[in-house]
Amino acid sequence: VTHSTGDLQGYLDAASAEPLHPAAREALTAALDTGFADPAALHRRGRNARLLLDNAREVVAATLGARPDEVTFTATGTAAIHQGTLGLLRGRSRVSPRLVHSAVEHSAVFAAATWNERWFGGTTDVLPVDRTGRLDLPAAQEALQEPAGALAVQAANQEVGTLQPLAEVAELAARREVPLFVDLAGTAGRSDALADLPAWAAASASAHTWGGPAGVGVLLVRKGARWRPPFPTDDRIDPRSTGFENVPAALGAAAALQATVAERAETGSRQRRLVERIRRTVPETVPDVEVVGDPDRRLPHVVTFSCLYVDGEALVTELDRLGFGVASGSACSASTLTPSHVLEAMGVLTHGNLRVSLTRETTEAEVTGFLEALPGVVRGIRERAGVR
Amino acid sequence: MSLPVDLELDCRDLRCPLPIIRLANAIGDVAVGQTVGVVARDVAARSDVPAWCRMREQEYVGEDTADDGVDRYVVRRLR
Repeated sequence: VTHSTGDLQGYLDAASAEPLHPAAREALTAALDTGFADPAALHRRGRNARLLLDNAREVVAATLGARPDEVTFTATGTAAIHQGTLGLLRGRSRVSPRLVHSAVEHSAVFAAATWNERWFGGTTDVLPVDRTGRLDLPAAQEALQEPAGALAVQAANQEVGTLQPLAEVAELAARREVPLFVDLAGTAGRSDALADLPAWAAASASAHTWGGPAGVGVLLVRKGARWRPPFPTDDRIDPRSTGFENVPAALGAAAALQATVAERAETGSRQRRLVERIRRTVPETVPDVEVVGDPDRRLPHVVTFSCLYVDGEALVTELDRLGFGVASGSACSASTLTPSHVLEAMGVLTHGNLRVSLTRETTEAEVTGFLEALPGVVRGIRERAGVR
Repeated sequence: MSLPVDLELDCRDLRCPLPIIRLANAIGDVAVGQTVGVVARDVAARSDVPAWCRMREQEYVGEDTADDGVDRYVVRRLR
């Protein structure tokens, strides 16, 4: 089998979806035939499917720093966030119905908070971040003076790449005995966010961020953590599962994760070098640009900047016309017509925003092409908008 | 509370980034030390006017409302 990368040329939106890893394709395709049966069934085909699922669970557990019985495959990362946060809150309902989370969490955390308020009588406290998107630790400490049902903090921000001070957060949570929920999107496969944490109670991840298929989320609930199903279940063995798992996709996700971890030293250093080049070059070649996010403590593959006076949608469309696929957190390019809550919380420019995220195969030449195209695109949009 | 404004820009029906472009083009129309008020319904202006001030080294004075109750973001020209 050959894996052509030709059609990936110019695709710089890995934080939305990393292209399927060849290892995932192989495992997934094979399991479509051997892993179709119900893993809860007692017959031979069922046992085969169960073996494949257990195998996927072991691989994911080992790579993310958990035990196999702590791993559940969910339909999406969003579902894992909902199950993880709300399940911890249900488990602590006698102590406190209050969810504390950072202002730059995935929108699924905000939606879970709203659900917790509406259906479980809960309350929410949102913790501020600094200009780089990093959690304000004193504010977290202050918020945990009162009892809380759960604390949700991401390992890294997928929009701007900033890593959160997870060790300090976990220490705070442990000291106050508040269960910590960690969204691993962005770091899963790229670094060991859960390793050496003094405490975490639940976590989530999503396979399409590391080159697994979309439609596979991972929920980790730590042994001993008090977790109760927040939604209706069925009669399957695992109360955290949301039904009959997609066994072939879970196996593909696990294979991609394993391969990504094996390659990450090389991939990460290449990506870091290319991202550093973008961070350095863009402000030199494009006037009135602000590169956002922490310059050092960051994801290896994500770089975000905002261009004054530029419509984000126009930026994405023009670059797409030239063959570059990038994302924008600007309101003009969002379905909601509101700017990114992450950029807002950081207090940085929300218009003219561009997120470039490198795939494991992004080349120096692609980055060069992008850096050569960008200044003209920005200049053109500014001229048409009447910027003097 | 009403902030002193020397020049008011009607950006009520403009979407991002047009209010900021209007602000940038108008800041030279007031003297150093005077203020410009950007009246905008677009919620992005709440983040983007202060961010513009920081990037262009102007002073963000604060937020109030125009006579019709629409949000107004006030900037003082420093240079």
